[in-house]
Amino acid sequence: MNAAPLHMGAERVMLDPAGVLHWPAQKLLCVADLHLEKASAFARAGCFLPPYDTRETLARLAVLIRRYNPARLVFLGDSFHDAHGAARLDAADRAALLRLLEGLDPIWVLGNHDPAPPCDLPGQAVAEWRQGPITFRHIPSPFSRQAPPEIAGHLHPKATAPTRAGGISRPCFVANPRRVVMPAFGAFTGGLCVTDPAIARLFPQGGRAFLLGEERLYSFPLAAGRGHGAAAHHGP
Amino acid sequence: MRTLPEPFAGWFKARGWQPRAHQLDVLAAIGVGDHALLVAPTGGGKTLAGFLPTLLDLAAAPRDGLHTLYISPLKALAVDIARNLMAPIGDMALPIRVETRTGDTPANRRARQRATPPHILLTTPESLTLLLSQPEAAEFFAGLGGIIIDEIHALAGTKRGDQLALCLSRLAVLAPGAKRIGLSATIAAPDALRAWLAPDAEAGSVRLITAESGAAPVFDLQLPEGHLPWGGHMGLASMPEVYRRIEAARVTIVFVNTRAQAELCFAALWRLNEAALPIALHHGSLEIDQRRKVEAAMAAGKLRAVVATASLDLGIDWGDVDQVIQIGAPKGVARLLQRVGRANHRMDEPSHAVLVPANRFEVIECVAAMEAAAACELDGDPPRPGGLDVLAQHVLAMACHAPFHPDDLYAEVTRAAPYAALTRRDFDDVVRFVEDGGYALASYERFRRLFRDSEGRLHIRDARVARQFRLNLGTIVETPMIKVRLRGGATLGEVEEWFVSTLAAGDCFLFAGQVVRYERLDPAAVIVSPGGGDEPRVPVYAGSRMPLTTWLAARVRAILHDPSRWTHLPEPVQEWLRLQKLRSELPPRDGLLVETFPRGGRWFLVAYTFEGRLAHQTLGLLVTKRMERLGMGPLGYVGTDYVLAIWSAFEPTGVERLFAEDILGDEMEEWLAESSMLRRSFRNIATIAGLLEKHHPGLAKSGRQMTMNADLIYDVLRRHEPDHILLRATREEAARGLTDVARIAALLARIQGRITHRALSRVSPLAVPALIEEGREWVAGGTEDALLAEAAALVAEATDGAEEFGETLADMTDGITTRGASARPRPREARKSRFIRSVPRRAS
Repeated sequence: MNAAPLHMGAERVMLDPAGVLHWPAQKLLCVADLHLEKASAFARAGCFLPPYDTRETLARLAVLIRRYNPARLVFLGDSFHDAHGAARLDAADRAALLRLLEGLDPIWVLGNHDPAPPCDLPGQAVAEWRQGPITFRHIPSPFSRQAPPEIAGHLHPKATAPTRAGGISRPCFVANPRRVVMPAFGAFTGGLCVTDPAIARLFPQGGRAFLLGEERLYSFPLAAGRGHGAAAHHGP
Repeated sequence: MRTLPEPFAGWFKARGWQPRAHQLDVLAAIGVGDHALLVAPTGGGKTLAGFLPTLLDLAAAPRDGLHTLYISPLKALAVDIARNLMAPIGDMALPIRVETRTGDTPANRRARQRATPPHILLTTPESLTLLLSQPEAAEFFAGLGGIIIDEIHALAGTKRGDQLALCLSRLAVLAPGAKRIGLSATIAAPDALRAWLAPDAEAGSVRLITAESGAAPVFDLQLPEGHLPWGGHMGLASMPEVYRRIEAARVTIVFVNTRAQAELCFAALWRLNEAALPIALHHGSLEIDQRRKVEAAMAAGKLRAVVATASLDLGIDWGDVDQVIQIGAPKGVARLLQRVGRANHRMDEPSHAVLVPANRFEVIECVAAMEAAAACELDGDPPRPGGLDVLAQHVLAMACHAPFHPDDLYAEVTRAAPYAALTRRDFDDVVRFVEDGGYALASYERFRRLFRDSEGRLHIRDARVARQFRLNLGTIVETPMIKVRLRGGATLGEVEEWFVSTLAAGDCFLFAGQVVRYERLDPAAVIVSPGGGDEPRVPVYAGSRMPLTTWLAARVRAILHDPSRWTHLPEPVQEWLRLQKLRSELPPRDGLLVETFPRGGRWFLVAYTFEGRLAHQTLGLLVTKRMERLGMGPLGYVGTDYVLAIWSAFEPTGVERLFAEDILGDEMEEWLAESSMLRRSFRNIATIAGLLEKHHPGLAKSGRQMTMNADLIYDVLRRHEPDHILLRATREEAARGLTDVARIAALLARIQGRITHRALSRVSPLAVPALIEEGREWVAGGTEDALLAEAAALVAEATDGAEEFGETLADMTDGITTRGASARPRPREARKSRFIRSVPRRAS
């Protein structure tokens, strides 16, 4: 796995192809939009998605925590699919989550799906969180030339790269030196195309989409101020 | 001589008609309480034969209530039949009310139909399912005397057919006396269709009635003037000849194989259309109003020709068509005859049909099809077993109707032929899936959709479940489509979403018979403006090409192998085959010829497998995976309908290993994990089974989101519960449907020990068409990641890192927009994807 460095001001953060952000200087790992217990939220509405999303998401995260061995884990919001998500965790999944969080000093940035702190889980819940020059928040702030560097989630960015065999869609980081919008990490989280105005207007001066791959990221420029670019919207 | 009673005898006589033998045969069969399958060519008075027993019965003994149900695969056909039935009913003043009920029927009329049913109800499989899911279905259908299933050959073996078969089984419980009449075009295996129609899945329970076949069609082979193309499938080189034939006939249907081909041929014909003949276009992606207009103009005799795809294969009688032209190879004999039957709906005169092969292989295929048609040998696979996804939908429908006991439903379901071999385990798993998802991890107990009472009967939890079911009913899952709209104007039709994703503003494409320029994407539509540049692209639709049938493929092999049968082939084709014999050898009838040769610094392997494009695409993936494992360095492959061609870095040796039967083992497992075709199957199955909802009250969901979710679910389910019923259903479908795995298995079994390898010094004549085939497949390993890496590298090369510099610059200087960042990032090469073609420039 080859993480790609990105410089935000004087800081260097690493974008990992698994969809997490590592900040080596702070021994910090950041992950966005887990949407744990999404399947059971759907099941409540009579749509029986496979009940394995929480364990799948946690298993993927556990691998990354072992690799980076961070001191701190930042959940960038929408960690649970709804306010009752944490309460619906089954015993095995709850145990797995607690094991994962041991000694990590987790920061739960609150999201629109989970506006209340998760019950009975360690760590502090905050509306947004600042570390050095960088602000971590769930919903990206509107574009402004003076804004301090920011890492956000919420939008589940995804892009389609045109290839010889048609477009290939992947979740992606969208980044420039001022901001990173993180891909959603949850097993059942879908994506919003980077050409969607909700994302495009955050990058009026352009940026890059880093599509997640098996071993590495694939980088494509985001066209500045246009509805369409190389990282065009959804494909097959 | 048998006769009809009055007033029917008089009505026939007044029109100068004689009742046909098969019409009387159907009447006799129903009269003695049999079910009947009528096989007759188009124009044989087939529909009237189906309705005569009902009309006679109701004329003799008028009564209220639903008497006969007519089911057709097309809404439009139901409407058309209703109109045609009004003639005899009106003329003879019969006390019979006929109504249609389809998805378009307004709610108030549906309510009225439930209260006072018509004598004859014309409907579709979907609407019938909906009727049967109503609580009052038992009373509604109690007096039913007859069921007519039209175009039964087009339904049996499809998911809509599965759905209908299950409905028929239910009808047999609600109305045990109802007699079934199936109406079919001429088909290869009538016994399979008899079993399909039978209430006990036994062919013997249905009487087979075959109408006289009428005059044999007269075929003509049309080659382009001058050079006979080596490759290509569009047949555009022959358009001048096609145009001359249109000029010479009264009304022509020009059948093509794909929508893209329809657009191209239509455009080519209009470029030649100096006489401004009224020539129209008809295909499934055009706006429905537009299609109706074309159909109406056709019926009114206002058109000289219509260029059409399979959208015109079925149903409606066009009357005055005197010529059918098939562009490109027919791909199947039965299909060809059905198309030819669209011309001249009178049985005693021969239909005239012209076959226009687009390349050399297609010439052989056309000749093979003509020989088969002359010998009255038809192809066509017997109906496959029913889908478990459709069964899941049916189980929920039955629960919505009334509580049921699983034992009873299992007995009922297995009386339908597609489900006759259904195991109790699969049935129970499907029921469990409907109840709460059926996962090994029993965490949805409290959210169950069905609950069991103390007698073991299953009830729906509440009315919301039924409401949700009715919103999502149906077995047709559309590929995500986006409407195409002229700026400030009309909607032209729709294209697949991925095609739009390959467009940049200003790109031109050919659609609905005109060149349009892409402007922007609205949330609901692609906005285009008319006119555009000289290299428009053509939207291609996934899975729209029919594969060559197994049977026709065998005939093609037989002709190739035997020079004494080449006499019907045009001279350039004979010359081509003689050259092949000289330079290499001819593909054998039953074995497999594999050629290898170096070319342009690479090695090529060409296998003459003749199993159709779908099978070749899957086979190509499996064989290249094996080559990778053996260190041959495969670089890419292409599958045509006839051959598989692979190019590699190193010389392929020991080719028997590449076509060993065990490539269906490990390589297959790898392929299952990443195949986009399997993902598509899973998405359809999950949608039909009700795991993914097309509509959910409160949860708006577009096709786009559905696609994404299905892939995520597939991955998670494969890892955590690989034996889940929906994955089992997906694998079963892979064996038949899009991926033709069953056909590959049969091929591999057939050729073991009979593989001939010719190591050549250069390309052989037969291999040329494959090497110039458009639409090459992906690179070694076929992984998306390899493609992404290539595309990312191309972009970096093309932009020369300019935008990265520009970006940094912009960051430092703030408001200054840089040119680098907006530079067109896509090199031309990257756009030449296998899905998209450019319109060839005309030589003239």
